[in-house]
Parts: sequence; structure tokens; C-alpha cells
Amino acid sequence: MSVVVSMDEIRAISERLGVDLAKINLDSIHLPPGDDMGIPSDDEDLLKEDAMEEDQGFGNILVVDNLPVVPKEKYEKLEGVVRKIYSQLGVIKEGGLNMPVDPVTQKTLGYCFIEYNTPQEADLSKEKTHGYKLDRSHIFAVNMFEDIEKFLKVPDEWAPPEIKPYVPVEMLQKWLTDDKARDQYVIRSGGDTEVLWNDARQMKPELVYKRPYWTESFVQWSPMGTYLATVHRQGAAIWGGATTFNRLMRYAHPQVKLIDFSPGERYLVTYSSHEPSNPRDTHRVVLNIFDVRTGKVMRDFKGSADEFAVGGTGGVTGVSWPVFRWSGGKEDKYFARIGKNVISVYETETFSLIDKKSIKVENVMDFSWSPTDPILSLFVPECGNQPARVSLVQIPSKEELRQKNLFSVSDCKMYWQSNGDYLAVKVDRYTKTKKSTYTGFELFRIKERDIPIEVLELDNKNDKIIAFAWEPKGHRFAVIHGDNPRPDVSFYSMRSGTNTGRVSKLTTLKGKQANALYWSPGGRFIILAGMKGFNGQLEFFDVDELDTMASAEHFMATDVEWDPTGRYVATAVTSVHEMENGFNIWSFNGKLLYRILKDHFFQFLWRPRPPSFLSKEKEEEIAKNLKKYSKKYEAEDQDVSLLLSEQDREKRKKLKEEWEAWISKWKRLHEEEKMEREKLRDGEASDEEEEYEAKEVEVEEILNVEEEVIPFEDSQQ
Amino acid sequence: MRPILMKGHERPLTFLKYNRDGDLLFSCAKDHTPTVWFADNGERLGTYRGHNGAVWCCDVSRDSSRLITGSADQTAMLWDVQTGTQLHTFTFDSPARSVDFSVGDKLAVITTDPFMGLTSAIHIKNISKDPSEQMSESVLVLKGPQGRINRAVWGPLNKTIISAGEDAVIRIWDAETGKVLKESDKEIGHKKGITSLQKSVDGSHFITGSLDKSAKLWDIRSLTLIKNYTTERPVNAVTMSPLLNHVVLGGGQDASAVTTTDHRAGKFEAKFYDKILTEEIGGVKGHFGPINALAFNPDGKSFASGGEDGYVRLHHFDQDYFNIRI
Repeated sequence: MSVVVSMDEIRAISERLGVDLAKINLDSIHLPPGDDMGIPSDDEDLLKEDAMEEDQGFGNILVVDNLPVVPKEKYEKLEGVVRKIYSQLGVIKEGGLNMPVDPVTQKTLGYCFIEYNTPQEADLSKEKTHGYKLDRSHIFAVNMFEDIEKFLKVPDEWAPPEIKPYVPVEMLQKWLTDDKARDQYVIRSGGDTEVLWNDARQMKPELVYKRPYWTESFVQWSPMGTYLATVHRQGAAIWGGATTFNRLMRYAHPQVKLIDFSPGERYLVTYSSHEPSNPRDTHRVVLNIFDVRTGKVMRDFKGSADEFAVGGTGGVTGVSWPVFRWSGGKEDKYFARIGKNVISVYETETFSLIDKKSIKVENVMDFSWSPTDPILSLFVPECGNQPARVSLVQIPSKEELRQKNLFSVSDCKMYWQSNGDYLAVKVDRYTKTKKSTYTGFELFRIKERDIPIEVLELDNKNDKIIAFAWEPKGHRFAVIHGDNPRPDVSFYSMRSGTNTGRVSKLTTLKGKQANALYWSPGGRFIILAGMKGFNGQLEFFDVDELDTMASAEHFMATDVEWDPTGRYVATAVTSVHEMENGFNIWSFNGKLLYRILKDHFFQFLWRPRPPSFLSKEKEEEIAKNLKKYSKKYEAEDQDVSLLLSEQDREKRKKLKEEWEAWISKWKRLHEEEKMEREKLRDGEASDEEEEYEAKEVEVEEILNVEEEVIPFEDSQQ
Repeated sequence: MRPILMKGHERPLTFLKYNRDGDLLFSCAKDHTPTVWFADNGERLGTYRGHNGAVWCCDVSRDSSRLITGSADQTAMLWDVQTGTQLHTFTFDSPARSVDFSVGDKLAVITTDPFMGLTSAIHIKNISKDPSEQMSESVLVLKGPQGRINRAVWGPLNKTIISAGEDAVIRIWDAETGKVLKESDKEIGHKKGITSLQKSVDGSHFITGSLDKSAKLWDIRSLTLIKNYTTERPVNAVTMSPLLNHVVLGGGQDASAVTTTDHRAGKFEAKFYDKILTEEIGGVKGHFGPINALAFNPDGKSFASGGEDGYVRLHHFDQDYFNIRI
């Protein structure tokens, strides 16, 4: 750094030396060549700082422990081995490999230092070689040189951790105790994120919390609705609280792109992918699994995007989210991911593979968990002379429960019913000519003995399947099928009359403008929706009565979402379209309750509810005595609607009165100005208000005058 | 209510105006010929030939003898309504956007666009009874606002001029001194450019339509915001029924953004609102482009709409319309 001398000091010095400052031409002063008098020039300064940065940072140096201890003769050989391992992972600096030798015994000390060109390389090789087995007794322990200080600070004696005083947490489930039993939803539009009550009785939303720039990309509720997760450049955060939203925890993960909660909302998986330093490499992927409550990283996964591509097929688009799929149930016991020829199942007790190894399945394409039980269903396509197959595997025993071989399969899709009672596998098979495909279903009854499988083909088996959906918690499913622009919708039940073990068709609705199915979470009701090409046609259908309750349209709708209770439905137009952005709230039977328009509308999400604590018997009892219970609410509804109409009347009356006041004021002013107006019009009566009269004006116009001599004919002649 | 489709213009409509008796309808379009129609059956009566650019606006005198038109050819012209002869041409250095006769038809206010470095301006001209004595000089020129002034009209007793335009601010000017008397509040006023402005029959209040998807009703003297009508589309045209408490808004998505997918996407409807309750009552569909111009017949029994599609649609109301109760 240069010494800064102020002008005052210079003056003082010049006075002392008897130099007249005014007489000196500063430009004439030159330093002797090659001498800078200790004054660094500006750019030199910069250079120095640069160099310092590199010198100071030890981020590119690794310490490798647990090397074999070898005598001098073998030093070269060991160095060769180490160099070979580490030069694969990056460029070691010249003289960057340093293996100290005991000056007394002339043996190595069992560790070495490796200096790379960049911290990134060091980081990568630490990742790759930590735990590397050179042989049975030499497992590498690799650390960053920078961390030494950290390790030195570890006290020798264990001190019990300080127990923090208990801070009572706000009741995070408070929203469930709303005395009007309303549901909440979150919307994102423009820069604002809002949480609102759905006040269907008042036919409008009520604001709970609003915050501009709450998230940098999207928001997401946890599966039971306790937390709202926001995503930022530095990581993810969760929010919750009794009356408002406070930040409960932060999860550091730079450039996080995607997040996923475990179904019991105990763990949060975050994902990011990073531009590789070498453009020929694939993107680097980082996944962290956090404990939601403590914020600790339970396990992290790093690797190239290829490793996380589904089915090991190495799709160009890379990773399909979620990478880790969680087994069903609130326990969050297992999670799994698919790799090349393997399914890796981890358990959350140790966050390691079950039995320390993945399940080997050649060519596995797809898998999914039962929503309730630790059962995996796998799909393996045809390979050589092996037929394609779908199999069910029990976890953690990895025992195959059931398997079904399938022939000439082009693709398979698996659909679990929400209680895990049934599994439907949609199988696309090639026709004999292999030119086209047709579709059939294999239906597994999971809860029955030996898991019977039934084959279902549609009446017209050449029909293309457009959509398939199970009734939540129920035994029915709906299929949209057909090739023409107005496809058919069929409903099937897994029971038929007295025989509970046979599938039967309930009905087929012909020629519907639908291409998507949305069951009510409570079952029975379904929306047959025509999205995209159908411009947002909605048909509200009652499957018990097999009757259409209402048909409606939300023009250009892109999203349909049932509230968690199945009482209301939201349809939204998000910013994929430029116009019409906003959402509509409907009752389950298709009555439009209210509509909100928002420009740049991005997201609509109902706050999920945790599963009910009521037992099945209790629920049935309530359903039976619904009339008795509903009386109270009906009365309340009526009160509210009376109040509303009363308020409405009041408001209208007030508006009318205000308007009348304006009118009379204007009339008065108008009257006052009457004379002046007349004058402006040169005395023409100001007759704007007067009835104007239609005057009949007779106009006579002589068109032509002609004289004609009429010859007189004598009649007497 | 079967509308009468009036074909005659070859380019998008820009303005519609009924005469005081309500028997004639004047239409302006981006083609160069303002046209006059029988307001009853939509028959074309004649055209006014002479402009050499899009015609943006027109006004007709109280006795239906004079027509004034403002055009992009940088002129405003005075016409004899009956014969269609040009009586006088006011030339400017930039396109004329809006014209309005004063009470008594002795004055006219003409606005000009910002053009080639010139700012927008409001010109006040004397209008002589005898066209041969017509002078071209402006009595007063008002300048100041940024951006285009889309509409300027006379206030009560010709004492003030009300202007509105792209800067979303409504201004009341003193017509004598040229000073700004009042400006609308940025907080409560429009958020985007104001496209149209229409006075009530008695001139006591006026309504403005804006690209911010709303229309607002103001007191003409105090510039108090009285009502706010919100819609889903940018508003290009507004009008008020002289008979009932109804307000009509017309508009649609920006003409340059009209999709080719579905005519419903654009919402090219004339929307009826209750003037007092500000609630939507209904809509009249038909245009397949944004609505650029709206006008009510002074008898309140019919209205006309002009669209980007080049058509004027003339709607005579059914009896049911007069029985609407809400």
C-alpha cells in the first residue's frame, strides 16, 4: 500500500525545507530509473493483491491420510501410485505432491499433501477419494488443508452440549381450527405472494398474509400443510405460524432449483445443477436431504447429471423430479432412486442403502411406491428374449411379492390407488404388424391374498387412452379414451354387484370435450376437463348418480385444483397465457362462487390438510347422521347470506343516496348557468332538457310551369 | 336487438359522433374519409373527401351544419355537413388528434400529437359563422403535458378545457389564461394512458377510459373521482347512456396482440355497467377486433360501436333493455 500524504503535510515539509512549491514544475520531477522509492504504482498494487489471494487460499490443497508407511526404497513407487490416483481428477501443480519423510527413520509418515491448480479440482477429488480403499488396511481419509485449523480447535475433552431453554413453538396447525372450517390457499402473481382464506360464504377471499418478493422462483406447501417453503438463491426456507407466517428454518443450498418434501414432512430434498467448468462435461448435480425441524443436512449426493437420469437411459434433458421418491405413510422410512440397472433404496434411520447395496434389476425403466405401504412396483421392458415384466417388491426384505410377464410391450405406466389397495398398470402393446399400439390394463388387488391380477381391455381396444385416474380412497376409476376430437369417458368399478373380485364397467359417456380427469379428494365427484385445445371446458360429474351436475367453462384454464376437503375447486389461468390471468373458485357441484383476475399469475396452491384422525367407523357414523350435524351449519349459512344481502342493500342505498346528492348539485349548477349558456349561444334557448317537438313543415315548390293549349272540340259537332 | 352492420370503412374505426338530434351518425376511421350515416337504419348518406391521412376525431355543431375533423395529415378541417364541401383547413406541424366545439360553436379545441421533436399541444381556434371570415390563427396554445393528448373537451361555460392522454393525468386548464387549474391525483387516478373521455349530456361529469383496464367517472368542476369501473381489458372507448344510469366500456387486447386462436380470447365486447353501483350488467358481442369507438344516440335508445375490424355496429335496444332492474 502506498503512503498517502496530504497536501497540508506537503506544504509543511516544503516550508521546512525552504522550497517554494509554486515554483516547482511537478512534471519535471522524475524518479531515477529502476527505483520506485518504495512507492508502488497503481497497477502494481493490483498485481500484488491478486497474488496474495492465491497465496493465502489453501482451498486447492488436500491432505491425504492413511497412506502406507514405506521406507525410502519404496518412496518413489508410492509417490507414483498416489500421483496416478490424483492426477486423474485434476492437474496437480508442479511440485504439488509432497510426502513428508521422518528424518530419523527415513520412512514416510503415512500422509501427503497434494496441491491442485484450482479449489474446484481439490473439492472434486476430495469427494471422489475420501474413503478410497488402496487395500484392506489403507482407506484414504482426505481432508482440505484449510480444515486443519478447524480440527485443531476441537477440544480434547468432551463437553456436554449446552441445552437450549425450551422455547414454545407457535401452534403450526392453527389454521385447521378455523371456526368457519375454511381452507387456505397461496397465490403468486407479479412479485407478490399471498396466502388467503377461501371464504366461500362471503364469496370472496380473505387475506391472511401478503409479502412481496417472498420467493425467488416458486412456493410449495409441505404435504400436510404445516409449512410453506420458499426458494431463494442461497437455499430454501420454510414458513409457518399460528396467525401469520414467520420463518421457521433455512436450508442453505446455493442455486437450489427444486425442492421436495417427504410425505411425513420430516425431510426436505433440495436439488441444484451447476454449469460444468468444462463445457464438454455434463452438469454437476447436488442433492441435499435436510431434516426439516433441525435444519441439518442428513445426507448429500453429488455427481454428474447422467448419474441421476432416470432409468439410466441418460436422457438429454437430464433429471426427472423428484429424483428420490419416498415410500408412503407418515413415517418417512424409505426413499429410493432409480439408476442404471439398479434401484437404490435408502432408509432414513442411517441414511444409507438397505443392506448396503442397491437392488439389481437389469434394464429397469420405472418404479413407484405404494402410497401407503413399503411396496415398490417396478417395470422392466423387453430385452432380448426376456419378456417385459412388472413386479412388486417388498421393502426392506426385497422379496418379490408378485410378478407379471408381458409380451410385445411398448410402454407401461403404473397408477396406484391412494389407499394402496389397487395398482393399475396401463400397458401399450404393439399390434402384430408392430406399426401401431393398443392399450390394455393389468389390475392388481394388493390387499387380497396372493395379489390377484385381472386383465381389462376396453370395449374398443384400439382406442387411445388419453387419461386415467383412480377415485381417491375409492374403488372406481375413470378413463378417457378414443381417437376422435370428442373422446369417450368410461367409469369402472373394481367391484361388480355381489362379486367384489371382478371389475365392471359402470357407464360410458360418449363424445365429451375432455382430456383431463380431476377426482374430488373425497371421491364420488369428478371434473371432466377439457384443457388446452378444448379451451377450458369443465363438466362436474357425480359418479354415484352417474349424472352431470353442471357444465361450465373457464376460458383458457391451465390448472384445476380441488381443495383438500373436496368442497371447492379452483381453476386458474397461469401466465403461460398472456391474458385472462387469474382464478375461479367453484363449489363441488359446479357453481361459480367468485373469480379473481391477476396479471402475471403464476401459481395457485391449496394448503393441504393432514389426514383425518377420525376412525373409519366414526366417519361412517357422521356420514349417516349428516342431516343432524349439518343443521347447525345450514343455519349459519343462512345467517351469513341474510347478513350479506342486508349489507348489500345498505351499500346500494348509500351509493344511490350519494349519487342523488351529486345529481342535485349538478342540476342546481346547471340551472344557475342557464342564462350564461344562452348568451353563449346568441340567445338561442338552452333547450337541452326540453322535449323537442317534431314540427311539420309544408314546403311547396314549383317544379315546372307549362302551358298547354288543349284543343277545344265541339261536342256539338 | 339485431345490430345493423355498417360497412363502408376500409380501415379500423377511430371515432363515432351523433348529431344533437340523433338522426345522423358521423364516423371516422383510419381510411381518409369521414362518413355520415342515417342513425336510424344505418344507410350511408355521404362522405367527406379531402383528408390525406387517418382521421382521429370529429365534432358536429349544435345545428348540424358544421363538421370539424382532426386528421393525421396534420390538418383539422371544417366541413359543410349538408354538401360535404371543405370550408376551411387548419394546418399544423403535427397530426391533429382530437377536436371539440364549444358551447355556442364559436370556439373549437384541437389537440396535436408530439411529432418530430415537437411536443403535444392544445390549440383553441375561433370559429366564424361565415366560413369566408374564418381565421387560421389560434387564440391560445396550451403546452406542457408529456406524451400524446388523446382527448380535450370544453368544460362548463367554455371556461375550462379538460385534457387527458398518455401520461394518465387528467388536467383542467383555464381557457382564458392557459394555466393548469387542476390535475388528477396520481394515487387515485389512472395508472396507464387514458384513451378516451366523454362528457355527460349536461356537461356536469365525464368518464375516462384507460389502458389500465378501468374507467373512471369524474366531476367536471372539482375533478373529484366519483366512480371506478374495472374490467378485464384495456379500455379504448367509453360512453354514457343519456337515458338510463348505464355506462358502456369498449376495448379489448391491444390490436397488435390479437391472437388468431379464438375470438373469445380478446373480449371484444361492449360491456354495460350500472353507473351508480359500478356493477357489470351485460355485454354486447359482435366485433372481431378491439372496440375503438362508442357513441350513444342522444335519445338513449340506440348506440353504435366501431371496431378495429372496420365495421360500425348500430344497436337499437329491445324493450327489455329499458326494463332492467337490479
